[in-house]
Amino acid sequence: MLRYANPARFMQLSAALLPWLSGAAAALIALGLYLGLVAAPPDYQQGDTVRIMFIHVPAAWVAMMAYGVMAAASLIGLVWRHPLADVAAKAAAPLGAAFTALGLITGSLWGKPMWGAWWVWDGRLTSFLLLLFLYLGYIALWNAIEDETRAARAAAILALVGAANLPIIEFSVDWWTTLHQGESIVRAGGPLISAVFLWPLFAMALGYTLLFFVLWLLRIRTEIFERRARSLMLEGAP
Amino acid sequence: MSALVLRDLSLAARAGGGAALALAFFAMVATLVPLGVGSDLALLARIAGGVLWVAAALAALLALDRLFQADFDDGSLDLIALSPHSLEAVSFAKIVAHWLATGLPLAILSPLLALLFGLPAPAILALFVSLMIGTPAISAVGALGASLTLSIRRGGLILPLLVLPLISPAVIFGAGTVLAVLDGLHNGALPLLGAFSLAACALSPFASAAAVRLNLAS
Repeated sequence: MLRYANPARFMQLSAALLPWLSGAAAALIALGLYLGLVAAPPDYQQGDTVRIMFIHVPAAWVAMMAYGVMAAASLIGLVWRHPLADVAAKAAAPLGAAFTALGLITGSLWGKPMWGAWWVWDGRLTSFLLLLFLYLGYIALWNAIEDETRAARAAAILALVGAANLPIIEFSVDWWTTLHQGESIVRAGGPLISAVFLWPLFAMALGYTLLFFVLWLLRIRTEIFERRARSLMLEGAP
Repeated sequence: MSALVLRDLSLAARAGGGAALALAFFAMVATLVPLGVGSDLALLARIAGGVLWVAAALAALLALDRLFQADFDDGSLDLIALSPHSLEAVSFAKIVAHWLATGLPLAILSPLLALLFGLPAPAILALFVSLMIGTPAISAVGALGASLTLSIRRGGLILPLLVLPLISPAVIFGAGTVLAVLDGLHNGALPLLGAFSLAACALSPFASAAAVRLNLAS
């Protein structure tokens, strides 16, 4: 793994990977949207509103995955003191926050016709709101500390504490109340929803995941370019 | 270590220490809520547990930015770091001192305020016990937030954003304990609160010490 942590090698590899990843992400999202919005029939109970699921559920999945990516990169940055891992953790945070916000907004739009309210204080919505605040706190901490190495370390500690605390928050909020439907996709005995809905959901989930990685790589590359430009400017300064 | 706790306590008790201010803030928030929602005692008793828990959590945050900041600014944190005690032990002592200066007085004051909210006696006891058990978690997680924001000029502004999401389980279980007693239910909130508090007090000194170390390393 550390072999790819060399920034020059990372730039080469990511430049080669990016076109393929972006193409695959675009194709999968297009396929998922077609299957979900055109091919799939309206749900017998929820009607056309069920189609919100195809953009809501994958956003929520990716939002959680992004926190995992951020925490893993933070751990690597903290243990091996590698600047590229710090940059990777920093780059993942705004993306995770954006996917969390997307999940919350689409969930709220779905909640209005289904539950009759834009917002209900149920377990999963509330823990996602807290997840959004964790992301915002992480971003704010990173922006508030001027020294880059120190900001990276402090933010990494916060990300790891957050990762340890997230299951507890999730549990406590679930304990507090639950109105949201239970797990219906990953469960023993097979999924509860029909294959017509499952295929577009998986296509969208994979498409979103690839989209996250494309944007993540792009953000890391941008940050590296910025740092190079800054050091060139410093060198050129009279 | 006990010397450090005593020193922090006397600093908190003297002018500008903020321990008394946190108490006044707690009482003030508890007074503002009935002004906002009306004087219906049945409603107030219903929300008392939640309101007092939220007010206590916010009041405990007030004194946090001084936990390491004052020692960091005048250089005594450097001297403390040079002492034979590990920074983990120092962080733990700071957490203990912060709890003795804010969490404990808040818990002791809470029955009086709960009385004003018309909370029945068993629920008042539940509130007091839950605050005694739960506020150490706020001090512990708060110490982590304080050490992370050490080098930030206006760290006090960002601190609540870092700390509040992390202590949400304590508020949930703490207020849940009071509600369960009101409803005559047996729920497991108090043991869960205790577990959260113990875990926070056990783990936070390590994260906090790491954060202090990186801020001193410049």
